[in-house]
Amino acid sequence: MKSSRRQFLACAAGVTLLPFAAEATSADLAAAIKAVTGSADLRTGKVTLEIPPIVENGNTVPMTVTVESPMTTDDYVKAIHVFNEKNPQPHVFNAWLSPANGKAQVGTRIKLADTQKIVAIAETSKGEFWTASAEVIVTIAACIEDIT
Amino acid sequence: MANVLVNAPKTARKGDTVEIKALIMHPMETGFRPGANGRIIPRNIIEDFSATWNGREVFRMKMSSAIAANPFVSFFTVATESGTIALRWSGDEGFVAEHRVAITVT
Repeated sequence: MKSSRRQFLACAAGVTLLPFAAEATSADLAAAIKAVTGSADLRTGKVTLEIPPIVENGNTVPMTVTVESPMTTDDYVKAIHVFNEKNPQPHVFNAWLSPANGKAQVGTRIKLADTQKIVAIAETSKGEFWTASAEVIVTIAACIEDIT
Repeated sequence: MANVLVNAPKTARKGDTVEIKALIMHPMETGFRPGANGRIIPRNIIEDFSATWNGREVFRMKMSSAIAANPFVSFFTVATESGTIALRWSGDEGFVAEHRVAITVT
């Protein structure tokens, strides 16, 4: 690649500049979680968050959220919310489910701008909130410069 | 227009839980990156994704800038009746894409 040195420098500059750029702080993360859960208790358990612990490229990180639930009309997972700690904004995705899903599992691929914590929250039809979180180490952040 | 790749079973037994995987070509420009001219590249992402089975919504998802380019989504649904699964993506700059797959339930 002809401009690889330039690309590397652009990336490196981007990474060092990142702390000064807009970045979701833990307070933003807490606020975003609060907006979903309201005053309800957030309990650890029932949710499994599968994400690699060490990621080489933050541009595409596969992740799967699975929630233990019978998924019947009486007891099902209404929604799965995923948040991050250090991307420029705390939301990753919200997914709405119903008994028609049969299994409460959602998979996708996400971007990570830095080594950080990912939080998954499941909202059940009974109004309970279950959570799981995972620390992910990112060796090459989602490059914030446009180098293409 | 948009390139879509959907992986869903062609046949299923009634009551089975089937997995549907969907991939769509899209830049998912975050709106936080400066371009070559130093100005921020405007956000261009897919925000909404939904799946309907014969017109009945079975899955809905709201995406953010944190979803990787060429968004991939996988989810499960219970096979109820033969028909069409319609997947719909919509987002910034008037982006809309729809893809239908047929499924036979026995």
